[in-house]
Amino acid sequence: MPANPARQTTEVLSNTDFDHRDLDWYIDRGVQILVFLGGISAIVFILGIFIFITKEGLGFILEDFSFREFLFSPTWRPTSELKETYGILALVAGTASVTGLAMLVAIPFSLGTAIFIAEFVDGKTREYLKVTVELLAAIPSVVWGFIGLSIMNPLIIDVFDVPVGLNVLNAGIILGLMAAPIMTSIAEDALKAVPDRYREAAEAMGATHWQVIYKVVLPAAKNGLLGAVLLGVGRGFGETMAVLMATGHSINIPTSVFDSVRALTATIAAELGETAVGSPHYQALFTIGVFLFVITFCINLTADLIVRGIRKE
Amino acid sequence: MVAAPQSPATAKLEVRDLAINYGTKQAVSDISLTIRENEIFGIIGPANAGKTSFLKAINRMEDFDTNMSVAGQILFDGVDTRQVRNVYGLRRRIGVVFPLPVGLPMTVYDNVALAPRLAGVRNKAELNVIVERCLHRAALWDEVKDRLNALGSLLSGGQQQRLTIARALSQEPDLLMLDEFSIAIDPVTTMRIEDVLKELRQEMTIILVTNLVQQARRIADRTAFFLEGSCVEIAPTEDLFTGEVSDQRTRDYVEGRFG
Ligand SMILES: Nc1ncnc2c1ncn2[C@@H]1O[C@H](COP(=O)(O)OP(=O)(O)OP(=O)(O)O)[C@@H](O)[C@H]1O
Ligand SMILES: [Mg+2]
Repeated sequence: MPANPARQTTEVLSNTDFDHRDLDWYIDRGVQILVFLGGISAIVFILGIFIFITKEGLGFILEDFSFREFLFSPTWRPTSELKETYGILALVAGTASVTGLAMLVAIPFSLGTAIFIAEFVDGKTREYLKVTVELLAAIPSVVWGFIGLSIMNPLIIDVFDVPVGLNVLNAGIILGLMAAPIMTSIAEDALKAVPDRYREAAEAMGATHWQVIYKVVLPAAKNGLLGAVLLGVGRGFGETMAVLMATGHSINIPTSVFDSVRALTATIAAELGETAVGSPHYQALFTIGVFLFVITFCINLTADLIVRGIRKE
Repeated sequence: MVAAPQSPATAKLEVRDLAINYGTKQAVSDISLTIRENEIFGIIGPANAGKTSFLKAINRMEDFDTNMSVAGQILFDGVDTRQVRNVYGLRRRIGVVFPLPVGLPMTVYDNVALAPRLAGVRNKAELNVIVERCLHRAALWDEVKDRLNALGSLLSGGQQQRLTIARALSQEPDLLMLDEFSIAIDPVTTMRIEDVLKELRQEMTIILVTNLVQQARRIADRTAFFLEGSCVEIAPTEDLFTGEVSDQRTRDYVEGRFG
């Protein structure tokens, strides 16, 4: 009979005073507070950055700002002697066209690679491929810009017989290749997060490998896959260096992929150093910053809402 | 429907010298038995007896477990399943219900319509009929008829289990394999499904793995007793319960005096 140990346990329990806060209780509390501070600080930083950018751009927004000109004028001429014009339409078109093309390149590439890694290979091969993809993701953007400048540029001139090779096509491909590894990585995680029992259940019913992927795995992973794509879009909007180097950096509303364009981010990067702090030009650049901030926020919010919507279904 | 069984002794499944290993560990050895067309074949036995492994081998599930290897022969309608080229075709004729229910992450309707769709059924009306019939048979229709568009993976455990039964039935299989199908289902509903199984015997052969000895007694025509990877005994189910067994261990297990 194990009467003795049982009795001991009971005694320990009965000696416990439930109002007494022991060490475990304090540690738990401490950790809770630390984690809370960590979470809060992220929000505080974001808010702080937003407030700072807005404050720097505020003078422009209040005084010289014309909503119509800012959003709908294709002319960005902040240093004009005659009349300074601050229209970002062409810059938006530049960013959007490059990002759009980049997604056309990156989505098939990254989803294809992710499906291959997650569903078709195992063991060592899989690990090697994953490491390779992660290495690709670590290539600095200036290197990609350099590739755009020194490899893609002559190549495009040669192949398509156009005068300039720094254009939407160049930047789109560069940005697409740049975004693909991280998108692959996230998409692959999403596919791997689909439990094997789903695959087995479908396969046991006689579904072929492709049917399992198409009918079961992809629908189950769609949230994560959407997340991967939106991350790529965010990357496209935010990327600066490679885009600055590969687009040709000339203000244009593109009518073909062979037109040079200029991106929002690249404009800030290239011009901010040359403006006088507090000048309208300086403030206008910060207003572009606010604009980028709002756009990114909207993309994330949409992603969030879509994902939530899918969940509720 | 299918005419009465041609001859009660027609073999649906013939297992010869079956051995199953996981890595170097032997899970099943030396099983030879015959399962007849249109019978309910019960398999009972304690944990680790190799019951689930046996079912997996029939369905060629070793294909997606690199660790699992199968030796010996399993003839399905006289065809050696190890030699089958189109394993998908084979699996479509075999319905399986796993012990842990897996509602696929799609709607209830799509769960049940999946197999017919894979088999090429596109007609909406036809699909509706199949879905309703299978859900009825799995005793689930009344509970889900108003929420066919809800996610299958969000049903309760017992409902998901019945959903997997409906899904297996939607394949219109020749052979239905149930692995402890009632662990999450209440006794009343279990009885209803058992009644359905007895009717389904007209259309298909059923292998019923169960931990409930009484369940085998209620519906199985013949029952095998598995123990530690071997098949100790196969007998008409009633014989097991009236003590007409050749092995003492069978009697002990059936009478609950095991271990
Ligand atoms: N995927 C696997 N990998 C390794 N070993 C396994 C695997 N599946 C089963 N086994 C082993 O094979 C043996 C038989 O297991 P099996 O699941 O067939 O038993 P069972 O009779 O179905 O038991 P239970 O009544 O608990 O479901 C066990 O010893 C188990 O540890
Ligand atoms: Mg089992």
